[in-house]
Amino acid sequence: MAPETKICAQHIDFFYGRTRALKDISLDIYANRVTALIGPSGCGKSTFIRLINRMNDLIPGTRVEGKIIMDGLDINHPRTDVVDLRRRVGMVFQKPNPFPKSIYENMSYGLRINGMKDRNFIEQRVVSALKKAALYDDVKDRLHESALMLSGGQQQRLCIARCLVVEPEVILFDEPCASLDPISTRKIEELILELKKDYTIVIVTHNMQQAARVSDYTAFMYMGELVEYDLTEKIFTVPKERMTEEYLSGKFG
Amino acid sequence: MSAMKIQRKALVTLKEGAYKWLFATLAFASLVFLVGIVFTLLTESLPVFSKIRPTSFLFGPFWYPTADPPEMGIWPLITASFAVTAGAMVVCVPIGVGTALFIHELAGRRQRAFLKPVIEILAGIPSIVYGFFGMVVVAPILQDLLGIPTGLCAFTASLVLGIMATPTVASLAEDALSFVPRSFREASLALGANRWQTLTRVVMPAAGSGISTAVILGMGRAVGETMTVLMVAGGAAMVPKSLFDPVRPMTSTIAAEMGEAVMGSLHYNALFAIGLMLFLITLGVNIIAEIISRRFRLKLGLGR
Repeated sequence: MAPETKICAQHIDFFYGRTRALKDISLDIYANRVTALIGPSGCGKSTFIRLINRMNDLIPGTRVEGKIIMDGLDINHPRTDVVDLRRRVGMVFQKPNPFPKSIYENMSYGLRINGMKDRNFIEQRVVSALKKAALYDDVKDRLHESALMLSGGQQQRLCIARCLVVEPEVILFDEPCASLDPISTRKIEELILELKKDYTIVIVTHNMQQAARVSDYTAFMYMGELVEYDLTEKIFTVPKERMTEEYLSGKFG
Repeated sequence: MSAMKIQRKALVTLKEGAYKWLFATLAFASLVFLVGIVFTLLTESLPVFSKIRPTSFLFGPFWYPTADPPEMGIWPLITASFAVTAGAMVVCVPIGVGTALFIHELAGRRQRAFLKPVIEILAGIPSIVYGFFGMVVVAPILQDLLGIPTGLCAFTASLVLGIMATPTVASLAEDALSFVPRSFREASLALGANRWQTLTRVVMPAAGSGISTAVILGMGRAVGETMTVLMVAGGAAMVPKSLFDPVRPMTSTIAAEMGEAVMGSLHYNALFAIGLMLFLITLGVNIIAEIISRRFRLKLGLGR
């Protein structure tokens, strides 16, 4: 059965001032699948996923051309409600970035900014998100301690849980394991595989093995262009482009 | 060859040693000054306390140092200093913190490029100019406007001092805001918070103790300021009953009377004792600021 398209990028160009960072990128991201973006540093993979939740809006002097459609919503349309978009598209960053607040406050933040006040409801959602992120058993006895007391891997799982609380449809992972040790990395990868049942996942990674382990689809980008996009197993076994093959075999990168 | 090499090496070592000593000496010079100042303050002010009990010196309601017999209670001066400082804080905290928030969070690139130098220029104006401005412009206007007997009073002093302390508060508060890692902001926005929620619920709490440090250091600046208050506070050594009474804060008392006090007299020693009090107050203020800012860095995980 062919997967359903969740996000459809059409001819995306992106400029930092005069620099063209993305060149005519078109790709479909499928619902309940993990899509990995790989490629050497500076190839535009982070820039691309930050377009999906409009995080690039924060950088002055940038401009985007082309369309990204998510379930019929034109993401870049000036009248699109960015706040609502970001509730539907969660993001996990390269470095774990919990707020300097308690674990519980970190978790409830997303609900409280949405105006939810019902304590029981908030607590229920917090606990269920922590369980989904496989963090509940680690933290259940110290929910009111500072989130900064957690280890790096736990902090990152907290950030994932924090974004699950608002029940997004899509989760963007921007090199989520870049600062983690191999054991924490494995836990995050297991979590991603678990989460794809309920969410659409896009992950940027530097680590080709990681892409191979967690993703269903892989896009290889180079210098702002999409070189090849296909099922992960095809990309890693029978790539069509020579450049993809050379990158995957470590000839450059 | 090797002899020459060794010789050269010895020369380099010697040079490095000399530099180290030179800079160490310079660095310790300020310590020497500090010790010297504290020593002088103590030796020159202690004689007062052999004639006047410390409690009646601190809490005595009259300051008539040249009367016979002299009355040396600095309570009017202490209350004056606190009144003027408190008033100045009411002016400079909202303006300073507001300015910092605006520059850091809301201003466009052009507004920022304009406002930051304006604040720096404001900080660079000598205090005598503020005093002069307060005396010839602000005081007469307030006198007319509020119908008070004299424009030279605690209120005017607070106002002028507040404007003077604003740049200190604004630039330190802005530093505090810029220490908040961008990742906090991104995390909040990515969760669907709007700018205002991000500012009030994440950025400001994270910068909170840094902003308090800014406020406290602004207060230190206001307490120690001399020239301005000497010119605009009115100079009456009475415990103020209202904000519109002329007052004589501790700093301006020293400045005004040191010239007339006979060296070695009780009056002379009493002025040093006021200086000692001021020193202790500003020391306390700085220690509090340091404790808070250390807590702040720990909270953000920036280390000590």
